Amino acid sequence: MRKQEKKGDLVINSVIRITGYSSILFVVLILFFLLREGLPALSSTPLSAIFSTRWYPIEGYYGILPLILGSLLITIASTLIALPFGIGTAVFLSEIAPPWLRDILKPIIEILAGIPSVVLGFIGILVFAPFFRNFLDIPTGLTAFTGAILLALISIPTIVSVAEDALNTVPNSYRQASLALGATQWQTIWDVTLPAAKTGVLTAVMLGIGRSLGETMAVMMVTGNAPVMPLQLNSLFRPVRTMTATIASEMGEVASGSQHYQVLFFIGITLFLLSLVINITASLVSTKARQRSERLLS
Amino acid sequence: MMKATGLNRAKIAQTVGFNLLRLVTVITVIPIIGLVAYIVISGAPAISWEFISSAPSNGMREGGILPAIVGTLYLTLGTAIFSVPIGVLAGIYLAEYAEENILTRIIRIAIINLAGIPSVVYGLFGLGLFVLFLKLGTSILAASLTLSIMTLPVIISTTEEALRSVPNSFRVVSTSLGATRWQTVRRITLPQALPGIITGIILGLERAAGETAPILFTGATFFLPQLPQSPLDATMALPYHIFVISTQIPGMPIQIQYGTVLVLLVFVLGMNLIATLIRSRARAKRQW
Amino acid sequence: MKEILVRNLSVRYSDDNESLKNISLEIESRAITVLFGPAGGGKSTFLRTLNRLNDLADLKEMKGEVLFHNHNILVPDIDVIDLRRKIGMVFSRPVPLPLSIFDNVAYGLVMAGEHDKEKLTHLVEKALKQAFLWDEVNDRLKDSAYSLSGGQQQRVCLARVLALEPEVILLDEPTSALDPIVTSYIEDMLRELKKDYTIIIAPHNVQQAARVADYAAFFLMGELIEYGSGIDLFQVPKDKRTSDYVTGRFG
Repeated sequence: MRKQEKKGDLVINSVIRITGYSSILFVVLILFFLLREGLPALSSTPLSAIFSTRWYPIEGYYGILPLILGSLLITIASTLIALPFGIGTAVFLSEIAPPWLRDILKPIIEILAGIPSVVLGFIGILVFAPFFRNFLDIPTGLTAFTGAILLALISIPTIVSVAEDALNTVPNSYRQASLALGATQWQTIWDVTLPAAKTGVLTAVMLGIGRSLGETMAVMMVTGNAPVMPLQLNSLFRPVRTMTATIASEMGEVASGSQHYQVLFFIGITLFLLSLVINITASLVSTKARQRSERLLS
Repeated sequence: MMKATGLNRAKIAQTVGFNLLRLVTVITVIPIIGLVAYIVISGAPAISWEFISSAPSNGMREGGILPAIVGTLYLTLGTAIFSVPIGVLAGIYLAEYAEENILTRIIRIAIINLAGIPSVVYGLFGLGLFVLFLKLGTSILAASLTLSIMTLPVIISTTEEALRSVPNSFRVVSTSLGATRWQTVRRITLPQALPGIITGIILGLERAAGETAPILFTGATFFLPQLPQSPLDATMALPYHIFVISTQIPGMPIQIQYGTVLVLLVFVLGMNLIATLIRSRARAKRQW
Repeated sequence: MKEILVRNLSVRYSDDNESLKNISLEIESRAITVLFGPAGGGKSTFLRTLNRLNDLADLKEMKGEVLFHNHNILVPDIDVIDLRRKIGMVFSRPVPLPLSIFDNVAYGLVMAGEHDKEKLTHLVEKALKQAFLWDEVNDRLKDSAYSLSGGQQQRVCLARVLALEPEVILLDEPTSALDPIVTSYIEDMLRELKKDYTIIIAPHNVQQAARVADYAAFFLMGELIEYGSGIDLFQVPKDKRTSDYVTGRFG
């Protein structure tokens, strides 16, 4: 008998293998170019200056702490808002809603996932900001809070989808066993089903956090873009600035290779590493939820 | 007696809880409907044939948005050209060729990371590699390449999932009849997975069409005297246009702003609708 | 004449399920050889070794020799693609490919590179006649194979294999999903087919095994306990375990 007659397949099999490895190449490429443009920042600006509290490039202040804290504040605030609504809706869809209702609501939530962030930012400026300014009686509606609301809207579809998937994966036998022991549906949800879906729900939350941290346009348009240290009690209702918005708004005006340019890339490296940590953690938490997340995260 | 009270309390808790969740869901869903409705109502008056087909004038304050529409179409097409072949083939690799070893784990981690990188960081990357290093300049080409890499994870993942959902018995039978691995993929597995793959592609492109940050420094421009003539030209694009006219142009008529937003929304949600229709039609037609 | 010679075959999966321990066996050509025994005994593994379908599974070890046409088909550089055309397989559940009836039967031929429409049509008709299905489907060859009944689907699966003009046909519990009437129909078909093909079948119950066997092999927990003519094994078995299983003392 002759050798494997796969000769004709050799080309296509090689092509497939090479593209299979390509994702690794792209990640390496991205990291490489970020480092290439951003690491030089460390030679012109000592680390202590970068991690200081004043961001005012025009006068040579490149402290990124206000930006980091701005991102953190908005991300935490938006997660706190999105969690109850996202998980609550996921529980409702998966455990309580009748199938016909689910078939109506799920597409609606998918619509939210499809709305471009610049559109949400647009509505934020024209509708949410004036509303909050009047309703909360604050000097301007362009605040961290408005940003958090928008980010919550952006991350809710992700949280709902992944969490609902996780809840659906819990075997029905668990629920039936609990009900057979006399528990109500409500008790079953909180004592049996939700804990069983723990890893999936946790993954959903982490993906939501990752999404919030990385959002650019919506926050750029509504958070007021003031790089102040958000350390006071009312900082949530004052303008703030995120790392992402800083890069987006200032990159257009810097000379390539300048110190400002390099620091912006440095911020990019920080964002890259932060998202790396969040996503690797999320993937370690679960493998099945991960596959769904690869699709949804993007 | 104790049991009855306990049961009643549990039942009350359940009623309260269920209604709370209903409320939560309503609060989540109502803004979505409201948002879309508001945009439609506010933007519809601006929509006309002129709006879609003519160029802007008077510093964008009058006229149409044709260049932005065309630009978004070019960018979407450009993204498709690069991301679809690579994404689908990589998905085929993961579903049909890859063994469960460390290399495959690393590939999967890489995909997760690509999926999670903030869009503005993609913009920086595109600037560093395509615009500056490869000297493509601010161009449709640079922006498309940047958007493609951003879109890859979606396409790879949906392709892999679609292929995995094809029953393994088909592969076994095909192999037993003397087909090679690629023959089985090409004749059986891929065609059966095609609706799912196409859905994923559309969803990926939909996202690329609506993104602003990756094209900010790689290809988008606000004012273009004429439509782009070559892939090396910069272009206007709907998301970027919306951003600028809503934040940086004083005296910008509100209606044109809403109209532009409506056009983008229709484009993006239209793709969403098509993808959903393809998915449900395929599910209904499935023989296995 | 011996079609296949098996010498000291040992196979192990990575999860240790259904392995084979040191099997030595000789398959008569143009006869029906039956593999029987309780579940998990290694019959499926054995069949899948003969057409190297095991390659798709997670194999930890495969030792020994399987000689077919005087070549050991277990060596890595054997042309397995060609082997599978010569040693075809019918599975326990009918698995029509998601294609038309015609394309199902022609599948193996097309994969082998046959594109001549006339030739394909002729070979498909011949195979369907051999599977006693031609009269029932000749007017709807373009219909999906899923439009057929279970018994018809299984005959399509058989025709699929016959179209490649194999030398050996392996059948792994081929009628377990079918009703008794269809089952007996297929058993008659096998008796007809053995005139031209070597048949190795692992039936899902002892009764079917006894009905069709020219030769029989009793597999128990991965070992070959006894092997001989059908009459010997089912009526005067030499090993007590064989007679216990055949008479139903365990199963």
